[in-house]
Amino acid sequence: MLYAILCYNQEDVTCAWSQEHEDEVMQKLGVVQERLTREGRLGPVARLMPTTAATTLRKDRDPPLVLDGPFAETKEQLLGFYVVDCDSLDGALEIAKDLGKANPGGSYEIRPIALFLPGTPSGVIDA
Amino acid sequence: MTDLAWIEGAITAARPQAMAALLRYFRDMDAAQEAFQDACLRALKAWPKNGPPRDPTAWLIMVGRNAAIDAVRKSSRNTVLPPEELLSDLEDAEAEAAERLDGSHYRDDVLRLLFICCHPDLPATQQIALALRIVSGLSVREIARAFVVGEAAMEQRITRAKAKVGAGDAPFEAPGPIERAERFAAVAAMIYLVFNEGYSASGKAIEAKGGLCDEAIRLARLLLRLFPAEPEMMGLTALLLLQHARSDARFNADGQAILLEDQDRSLWNRKMIGEGLALIDKAMLKRNPGPYQVQAAIAALHARAARPEETDWVGIDQLYATLEIMQPSPVITLNRAVATAKVRGPEAALEMIEPLATRLDGYFHFHGARGAFLLQSGHKVEARQAFDRAISLANTAAEAANIRQYLDRVTAEAEKSST
Repeated sequence: MLYAILCYNQEDVTCAWSQEHEDEVMQKLGVVQERLTREGRLGPVARLMPTTAATTLRKDRDPPLVLDGPFAETKEQLLGFYVVDCDSLDGALEIAKDLGKANPGGSYEIRPIALFLPGTPSGVIDA
Repeated sequence: MTDLAWIEGAITAARPQAMAALLRYFRDMDAAQEAFQDACLRALKAWPKNGPPRDPTAWLIMVGRNAAIDAVRKSSRNTVLPPEELLSDLEDAEAEAAERLDGSHYRDDVLRLLFICCHPDLPATQQIALALRIVSGLSVREIARAFVVGEAAMEQRITRAKAKVGAGDAPFEAPGPIERAERFAAVAAMIYLVFNEGYSASGKAIEAKGGLCDEAIRLARLLLRLFPAEPEMMGLTALLLLQHARSDARFNADGQAILLEDQDRSLWNRKMIGEGLALIDKAMLKRNPGPYQVQAAIAALHARAARPEETDWVGIDQLYATLEIMQPSPVITLNRAVATAKVRGPEAALEMIEPLATRLDGYFHFHGARGAFLLQSGHKVEARQAFDRAISLANTAAEAANIRQYLDRVTAEAEKSST
């Protein structure tokens, strides 16, 4: 089963991180990611730009409405996601806990994936 | 145990909004500042023990208010709030405070707080110092270092600035659209000043001032999050990101400035460029251009060129022409001339800047650019004169060194052709 681990945190907090703290967190996360890669369980990983760069298309009307910002104004924002391959929710929770140890604060939403098209995006962007 | 780095981040992030709310409450800058500091000290004690509150900003506002009220024994004016040790468990109280925060005019509070700092009676440097102290929460020592003055002198400057603005003349009621737009423009200009204070640093000052660029970007993002549909705020944020992205490529090991064309573009920060491009893209969809958007669009065309030869100079020339109409200024015309020289040759550029000669006679960059155009069009003697004039007007050793490189080139070429 493929699971999405959706990363939520307060972006005004993560945007206030010092470069040193940022590097430290990314390094710790990298260790978990490397392990998952070795185990062949890590799918695509994405870190999203701040919600200030987001645009929402409300498609419940015609013509659709284009709005600035994320879909919902919440305390915590969706800042990124992982796709991981696990036998069970237990396994996905274990991974999320490991990631959480590397990067405390905020929350992870673990959601089973119903359809997965890996696609062939041309650009790899380094964090 | 709550991570100390996390607490620090949460407090930094909460500061502008919490300060704005406390100022609205106390109507006094010093009282608001003290209340916030008090709340931070209590957070450092309470959060590691009780775990982080769900809404750190609401927690800091409530505790700050509570503490200050306790201190001055004005409790009769307000309902007594529970002690902060309990607050982390009091989800209801927090939710209520958060609701009040979201429901009230907190966006305008933050805008107002920033607006107070750009009081027109304050010189630019004091506006910046005040904003950095009050809104960003930098220590007096950090600010003093950035301005290369003593700590005591900076402390005095900030105290005087604070006394001058008091709680500000701007009313606490939600502003009308025109008033809001005016505040917005003043605050955007102040944020750009903060950025430029950091960006214009060279040599040893870079280390001390570099943080100002990050701080300006943080303030710009903050305002953009509060006013997500403002195209000029998108433009300003994009502009700062796109400029700051080049930081690592702007100086060589000796601290000399490297011209945009000669910079190692692999040192440009792709993450900042990506965000800057995304923001300017979004802003342009609004079809409501303004000076920050146009400047960001110019920076975006530079950022998009993988190699200097690929730069869209025609587009840059057109954008500068637009900027000239929006914000007529000889300096903008001078900048445009650089693009014009690329598109239509150095003679056209010289013709364009000729009318500026009187107004920009004391301006280093005018003579530097003029010298370069003259050199390109083969007027070596005149070019040398212009470069000499530029050197005599240079503000920094790096500027002078930059022009000397040109002069050396003229000399070298002259020697080559005479042998």
